[in-house]
Order: sequence, then structure tokens, then C-alpha cells
Amino acid sequence: MIPRPFPFTAIVGQDDMTRAMVLTAIDPGIGGVLVMGDRGTGKSTAVRALAHLLPPIRAVAGCPVNSARRADIPDWARVEDTRLVSRPTPVVDLPLGAGEDRVTGALDIERALTMGEKAFQPGLLARANRGYLYIDEVNLLEDHLVDLLLDVAQSGENVVEREGLSIRHPARFVLVGSGNPEEGELRPQLLDRFGLMVDVTSPSDVETRIEVIRRRDAFERDRAAFLRGWKPAETALRRDILAARKRLPGVVTPEAALRDCAELCLALGSDGLRGELTLLRTARAMAALDGSGELGRDHLRRVAPMALQHRLRRDPMDESGSTTRVARIVEEVFGAVPAAAE
Amino acid sequence: MTPWARAAMACDLLCVAGGELGGLWLRARPGPARDTALARLAPLDARRCPPGASDAALFGGLDMAEALATGRLVTRPGLLDTAPALLLPMAERGAPGLAGRLAAARDAGGPVLVALDEGLGDEAPPLALTERLGLFAALDGIGLADLDAASPDLAAARAAYASVTVPDALRDALVASAAALGIATLRAPRFALAAARAAAALAGRARATEEDARLAAELCLAHRGTPPAEDQPEAPPPDAPPPEPPEGAGGPADADRLVEAARAALPPGLLARLAAARAARGPAASGAGGRTRGTTRGRPLPARPGRPENGRIDAAATLRAAAPWQGLRRRAAPDDPRRLLLRPADIHLKRTERRTERLVIFAVDASGSAAMARMAEAKGAIESLLSQSYAARDRVALVAFRREDAEVLLPPTRSLTQSRKRLQALPGGGGTPLAAALAAAGDLATRARRDGLTPSLILLTDGRANIALDGTANRARAAADATLLARALALPALVIDTGTRPNPNLRELAQALDAPLISLPRSGMAAALAEIPR
Repeated sequence: MIPRPFPFTAIVGQDDMTRAMVLTAIDPGIGGVLVMGDRGTGKSTAVRALAHLLPPIRAVAGCPVNSARRADIPDWARVEDTRLVSRPTPVVDLPLGAGEDRVTGALDIERALTMGEKAFQPGLLARANRGYLYIDEVNLLEDHLVDLLLDVAQSGENVVEREGLSIRHPARFVLVGSGNPEEGELRPQLLDRFGLMVDVTSPSDVETRIEVIRRRDAFERDRAAFLRGWKPAETALRRDILAARKRLPGVVTPEAALRDCAELCLALGSDGLRGELTLLRTARAMAALDGSGELGRDHLRRVAPMALQHRLRRDPMDESGSTTRVARIVEEVFGAVPAAAE
Repeated sequence: MTPWARAAMACDLLCVAGGELGGLWLRARPGPARDTALARLAPLDARRCPPGASDAALFGGLDMAEALATGRLVTRPGLLDTAPALLLPMAERGAPGLAGRLAAARDAGGPVLVALDEGLGDEAPPLALTERLGLFAALDGIGLADLDAASPDLAAARAAYASVTVPDALRDALVASAAALGIATLRAPRFALAAARAAAALAGRARATEEDARLAAELCLAHRGTPPAEDQPEAPPPDAPPPEPPEGAGGPADADRLVEAARAALPPGLLARLAAARAARGPAASGAGGRTRGTTRGRPLPARPGRPENGRIDAAATLRAAAPWQGLRRRAAPDDPRRLLLRPADIHLKRTERRTERLVIFAVDASGSAAMARMAEAKGAIESLLSQSYAARDRVALVAFRREDAEVLLPPTRSLTQSRKRLQALPGGGGTPLAAALAAAGDLATRARRDGLTPSLILLTDGRANIALDGTANRARAAADATLLARALALPALVIDTGTRPNPNLRELAQALDAPLISLPRSGMAAALAEIPR
């Protein structure tokens, strides 16, 4: 049993990152989060914490792809235990050194060697189905793995056609990547595939930094007590997420909001329609989290930087960061922030 | 505290606190001092992990010989699963990929890391690694006479470690001093906290004192700081404003004393070199040259399936792919006389990757029109670019064009002084044979590629071409020739406009080259090199 991670709600600051993660928990269709920034800012802490925060899923006990119903179990899987159980939302780490076999699954060598049988041994993508796939240092991932992940993330299905096997299974997961831009850039194709992108920086005021260390130290000295102390906050956030999920289908999207989305993306010159769609989805999740029944400008304003900053064409002359550019254009299109909004 | 006492203490602290300190960055040349330090680390039971360690060695894999002999699946565990600690020799040469794997393992509670850094000048291990190594010790200038081997009672200290308390004021002072030193990462104060605890445990105290905190600041914080500026010692580091002194008992005095101790712990030259190493790892200079994948030379990559005519066969990987099928295939063809039943699909090819050196070709417009306007500025810009290329260990070549022809002033070289001299002596005046310059650059690039270099071009011109390729003075033909050559030149390039007014022809030329266009006064020269697409 892995020890309980640091509680999500006890993370100090980093509001953009935690908000982006909560939004993908409300609507997994947003399509993943990319967290880029300084070292030692709690990127991986947040991902692991999120998994523990999320409500458990119902799945067939022995199913390698966490199927929700018995009918969904893939035909290649020999599942003996077909009881429905509830288990934590899967969060699967994709280590940098993982080979293709381990990611997609491959021939089950043990069975092939001992019984001479052709059987499929599911990989990390199978385990991540209906959960999260986390890649730290995503910018250092080998190119052929990146291509493979793009393909699966887009189709929601993992297809293995090799070594005489022909296997397919659902692989719908939220891709969470983190990395430090100094070590290498991410290919634009992969960048665009992440729904949201947030930058994290180290907090600059000492009080915040002391608070981070104080909490971390308290956690490491006495985990049980620390977790007890944060339980009410964790429960409250979990309730909020569940309520927002329920509310999400009922969120009304007025014509004006669609127009706002389009105008914003045009003004930014973002490539393709993916930006608009993501912006809309994320803003709806934001509205659901807020408890409001209708999508408004304020929601768009709040999620625009994370939904759009990585889809801009690069302007070598513009030194300001992408987030600043998005914020500037949001202001131009929507007007300045009304005093009551924030 | 003598440098050796400090280094020995770093080793002991790591033995006491282990994973909570992450590891030790030991900057030392091989020698008795390093050997003694490593002997002190013996309780960690570290195993060596060479800079070229393959994934199979790190993560484990199928033990082919055993599996074939026994007909059972036999896997060999990797270093990351079995070793309690890893010793990384020549860590300054480690690739970011390996560092990333080790770092991920460390975050998941993997082995404690001891990085042996033999770096000269501003070489240093990858940042992903040093970030996760709590302690730093340098063994420069330690003689045999300084070494003493008396070791403390580690077992008692280990037992006491977990229950040592650190007063809140001391903890806050450590965090504040890390911020005051300009250290962004929050791992640093956490390491310092663990070090203070371990130091107290070693001294037999149940409560950490200021002395322990000072030691922690020296060993965990000192090397991460930004070196104090020489001219204005009071100036704060740019992105970390001097902290407001924290309220309460901690008080500024504590933090100040810790900062002082940290600053005094390392010789100033070393701190500057470490900071330079961090900067050199930044995006602008991260790679000297592109990466070339192939099947013949370089660092091995995992084998991929392929056809034998496309490369060299990786026998081990091919066997590994074929082995599981032997039972099935034998059943299908019981009379086949061959011992091993291979199919084409089993064949795996070797893949390797190597970094190639980069060659930056400077093509400088020395014509009358350019010389009149901004020759001095252009020379200054080139000098700054040259020194950057030099720092990134790129080679440079210099092509000057004026009058009727272009001339290779300097064939590919690494000598900074030589390039400077040629540049200073560069005469100006005459026409602008832009096409000839592009042709000369193209020739250089072709030759460079043959020598295994990755060429790129920085073109400094005002774009007013007036000499055609054949040497005649014809403005229209000159421009057409230049555009034509630019299109044919498949070379990552950057065009720097040295003219006083924007020139539409130059924009066109830049487009033909598929290169960004930067005008001289706007071009932050620091950023210019990073703009060159690879």
C-alpha cells in the first residue's frame, strides 16, 4: 500500500494549477493539463494529491481496463472476478524509461514461454483507462512514445497490432504532463493536445514560502494527524466536484458566450478550432463549479489563459509571456474587469 | 570548520537522514580526498550507475539466458529497484534523459543519489538531478594531511533522527535565508531542515540549535545561491526581492547570520562557476548541435523492429523477440532442423543517438551601404554572438561579402581570439554581392554536414543587394539571384537587419530563407542565438 499523499487542499497557492486540475476532474473531456515551470513548486505533489481527492469509481474487480459494466470487458481479457467494486480513481505514472511494450501492452511472455499461448498482457494505457496518466518531465519523452500517446489520447482507444496480436481496448484518460521548459521544448503537436496549460512559479514572498515548508514538515513528522486536520477541507472539495459534475449537463450556454469565444480566439489568432472548443468546455466546467446555471463572461475570462496560452503562434519579437498576451487580449475584447467580478 | 570537516559532515548527514536529504553532489577530482569521502559513505551501500546506463540496467528486464534455459519467465531487477543508493560517476556528463529517469525514481522514494562531479569550469550535472540532491561538498585543495577518518556513532544518530525537533523560529529563518540567497526552489529549505535535524542527531541533541541550522545552510543552501554582485553588494538578486523579515520569534538576525554563513561556506569563484553552469544549462545554450539518430555511432537507444537491409541487426533484441514463440513455432513445424525458428518480424535493429556539433556561419555584409551605416554596431553584435557560440562550444565560421565577391574569412573554428581578430580587421566598402555570400555559406554548410556538423546561418546585412552572382552590377538580377539561392539553401537561419530603415527586399529574403528577421537595435543579442531553429 502506497502511503497517503499530501492533501490536495493543503497545497499553498498555485491557484491556477489546482483550479485547472479540479476543472478536468469535473469534465475529463477537457483533455488534460500541462504544468510547466520551476522546480520544487509541487507539480507532482498536486497530481498525486488529486487522485486521492477524487471520488472512487465503480469497476469490475478483475478487469484490466477498469470497465464499468461486465458487458464492457474486452474479449481478450480472461476475467475471473466479475463483481462490481469501487476503487480509487486510477493515476498511472508513465516513467520516462518505459518501453513501448510497457505502455501499450504486449505479448504475455510468461504465458508464451510456459504454456506456449498467445495472450495479451495489458500495459499502462489499460490501467489508466477512466483515470489519469501522469508524465513527469514530459518534454524529455522519446519521440515515438509521444506519437503513440497522441494517437491514443485522441482516439480514446489503444490498438496493438504486433507480434501476431491484434488487440484493442478503450483507453480514455486525462493526460497530465509536467516539466521544466529549460530542459527542452515540447513539440507543438503535443502542446496543442493538452486541453489546459498552466505555468507555475516559485512563490516569491517569504511568508508563503514559510507556510509551504511548515505544512510539509508537519505532514512528514506526523502524517496521520496532518491528514486528520485536512479531512474536512478535502471532503468539502470532493463534494463540490461531485455537485459540479451533476450540474454540468444543465449549464446553459447562451448565444452571446459562443460569440465571445469565437471573438476571443480570432483576436488571439489561435490555430484551429480546438482552442475554442476547449475554452467553451472549460468555462462550462467553471460555471458548474461556481454553482451558476449559465455560462457568463466572467467564466470565460477566468479560464481563457489556461485554455489558450499554448495555442498561440509564437511571435519572436514579443518578449512577454503567453499568459500575459492572453490576458491583454481578453481585456481588449471583453473590456476591463468589472469591480465586482473578482 | 575546515573544508574537509564540512565535506565529511555532509557524508555523515546523508548516512543519517538518507532519502529526506535526497543525495549528495560531490564536486571533486579523483584522488585520496574523494576516496576517503566515498569510504565515509559506505553505510549507504551505493552501487555504481555509469552515465550511459541503459534502461534495461536501470529498470530491469527479461533475463534471456535464464528464460531460455528454464522455459520460465525470469526477470532481472534493475538498479532502481534494488540499490539502496546509487553512485553516479562523471555526473557532469550525464544526459538530461538519464537525469530525468533518476529524478523521477528519487521522487517516488527510489535510491539515494551520490553524484560525483568532475566538472571543470562551468560544467555541472543536469539541473533535474542537482535539484534533488540536498547536500553539496567540494573537495578542491584538500590535502592528505587534512583527512581524518574518525567517524561518529551513526546508528545512534539514525535512531534519534526522527524525533529531533526544530524550533519554529529556526525553521522560518532557514526558509527566509534560502529566499534571501535567491533560491527559487522550495526543495532547498526542506533539505536544509532535514540537514539541521540530522546534524542535531549526530551531536546527540534532541532539539536543533542555531549551530545545526548554520551547518545546514552551508551544506544545503550555499551552493544554490546567486553570487553577490561585486559592485553593489547590497543589490538584491533580480527575481527574489529581499524578504520582509518574518514576524515573530525568528527575527531577521537569525536569517542574516545563516545567509552570512552560507555565503562564507564556498569560495566566491566556485559559486560564480556554479551559477554560470546553471545559466549555460538554460534554453539559449542547451544543445550544441542537433541530435542525430542512426544505427552506427553514438549512445545506444532501445532497439526497434525493422528490416535487416535498413541497419545493423541487434542480435540480443532479435532473440528476445523470437524466444517466446519457439514453443508455438516448434509445434507448427516439428521437423524443422533449425535450432532457432526465426521469422522476419522478429528482427530488431540497433539504434543510436549522438549529438553533433553545431557550426554557426556568420555572413557579414561589409559593403559600402552597410559599412557606412552600422559597421561598428554590427561588429559589436557579432562579437557578442561569437562569445555565446564559444560558450556553447559551437564552432563558428565567418564569411564577409563586399565589392564583387564573398570571401571565407575564417573557416570553421573554435578559436574565439582568431575570429575576433579577423572581424576587427574586416574592411568595408564596395557593392553588396548578397548572392555570392549565400553561395559561399551554402558551400561551407555542405562541407560541414559532410564532417558531421550541424550548420546554421546568421546573416547580417541591410539587404540592398546590387551585385549579381556573376559579378555584374545589376540590382534586379542581384535581388533575384539572392532570393533564388536563399530558397535553395536548406539551412536553419536568422537574418539580422543592419540597415537604418526597414527594407522590404530583406523581408522577402528572410521569407525565402524561412528565417526570422530581427533588426539590429531590437535584437537582444542574448536571445538571438536561441532564435536559430534547429
